[in-house]
Amino acid sequence: MIKVDRLTRTYGGFTAVDDVSFTCQPGRVTGFLGPNGAGKTTTMRIMVGLTPATRGSVTIGGLAYHDIPNPGRHVGVLLDAGAQHAGRTGREILTLGAKTMGLPLSRVDEMLALVSLTDAEAKRRMRNYSLGMKQRLGIAHALLGDPSVLILDEPANGLDPAGIRWMRDLLKGYANRGGTVLLSSHLLNEVELVADEMILIGRGTIVAQGDKASLLAQSGPAASLVTSLDNDALARALQGQGYAVTPAGSGLRVDAEPVQVGRAALEAGVVLTDLRSGARGLEDLFLELTAGTQREGHPAAATQLQEGAQA
Amino acid sequence: MSTTTPSTPSTPSTPSMTLDVSGTPKVPFTRLVGVELRKIYDTRAGRWLLGAIVLITAAIMTIFFFAADAPDRTFGNFIGVSATPQGFLLPVLGILLVTSEWTQRTAMVTFALEPSRTRVIAAKTVAALIFGVAAFLAAIVVAGLCTLVGGADGGFEGLEARIFLLFLALQLLTILQGLAYGLILLNTPAAIVTFFVLPIASSIVFNLVSGLRDLAPWLDLGTAQGPLFESFGASALTGEEYAQLGTTTLIWIVIPFVLGWIRVMRAEVK
Repeated sequence: MIKVDRLTRTYGGFTAVDDVSFTCQPGRVTGFLGPNGAGKTTTMRIMVGLTPATRGSVTIGGLAYHDIPNPGRHVGVLLDAGAQHAGRTGREILTLGAKTMGLPLSRVDEMLALVSLTDAEAKRRMRNYSLGMKQRLGIAHALLGDPSVLILDEPANGLDPAGIRWMRDLLKGYANRGGTVLLSSHLLNEVELVADEMILIGRGTIVAQGDKASLLAQSGPAASLVTSLDNDALARALQGQGYAVTPAGSGLRVDAEPVQVGRAALEAGVVLTDLRSGARGLEDLFLELTAGTQREGHPAAATQLQEGAQA
Repeated sequence: MSTTTPSTPSTPSTPSMTLDVSGTPKVPFTRLVGVELRKIYDTRAGRWLLGAIVLITAAIMTIFFFAADAPDRTFGNFIGVSATPQGFLLPVLGILLVTSEWTQRTAMVTFALEPSRTRVIAAKTVAALIFGVAAFLAAIVVAGLCTLVGGADGGFEGLEARIFLLFLALQLLTILQGLAYGLILLNTPAAIVTFFVLPIASSIVFNLVSGLRDLAPWLDLGTAQGPLFESFGASALTGEEYAQLGTTTLIWIVIPFVLGWIRVMRAEVK
């Protein structure tokens, strides 16, 4: 439904988004994951026409955003929950949206109820909203026009744990009804639980994409953690079959699938007390893939950003 | 973009990859104008500004009513005194309508709901002009009442529709000028200060520098608009004075407006 095709955006000498391509399918939640400043927001801003692309294109349902008539009815957008007039009430903000889209004002009440903002809260001015309330209002605004595509930038930011679960259920239900959801986050845990598909971006380029299983499959060689009643005998048996074995805590770390370790133990007649996969999780993969783009201990990344800002 | 290949586990069968937009018309321009009108008065700042315009207009007419000599209490003079507060405050309304989208960052939402920036700017311009016309009509009603109640004998005599229209046009041009500085600067304090200070600075320069004094009616907005205020209710403007209104309007209002428009079309909405 959303098709990003070789998208590039440069600011002077700084490339914020570099030749990015991916697709978001209807009926699925696509997680857009990357560290701060990786280019997630820039990509999403280009999607809705707020930032022009230097090269490449984005289409939503086959159309450029600019060519979608009354786009709020088709694409729900939340790029920055704080980007609302501080002096308007929550209800007024939704009313302006509903009026622009040509919706009955009853839709405002429906959306306020959906995101659990009370009548009293809806009458408060935006400047008195907490970050979590702003996010709820932003979600309500994005859903106003009953769109079939949702583009949400860091929607869980500022929500409490209950709010994050609520958001997760909301987006899952939305995708199950056939909607297309693209949500960005810099927190893996947030995305991992809700996304059917994940796109990992670092320093403007996509470093990996796919569903959770296929991402884990490419997360490196198989490894197992095993503990037995006779570690020495098991180690000899495994080494005899050509697997590398290193001691790890009270057990062994083996560069092999758990099934291969189990079989070797059976053949050697060693009793296992613990056997599990030692493969790295998504978090390791995420950190490794984006390692060159993390700010911590990488002054080069920081200076590149500064140059970009000056240019 | 609908696919003919059988669905695979990683891409579940989907009804359509395209948006059906056949049943969705574009947002009508009148609706955009309606929303922009609402944005003028749905914040406390906007309501205070509107209240101030109404109150100050009423107050200045009341003061004039009691302070002026009886023969001066003509309809034309009542309208004339209302021009000053309205000419100062209505453009601020226009400035706020544009700049608050950027200082409050609501432009992100506005342009996401209506990606045509041209239509948004046009809707804002029409909304600001509607308020200008409404303020002018209100001034006419109040001035009419004042003249009827305590005006001079023959207070309505010697009125020329052409002068009134010119006067209204001047008010509306001043609003456009406010919009133009708002569009160029996209920052409320900067636009308001520029709107008030720049014409004054220009008048000072053109009046102090003797070499420029002859050019002033052609280049300085205040000098060119002077005859319009003086001729109010009296003689009409000469052809040369119309031409001077034209050149100064071009320099001070039309060109800034076009430049501001171009800036917003190109700006990255943050």
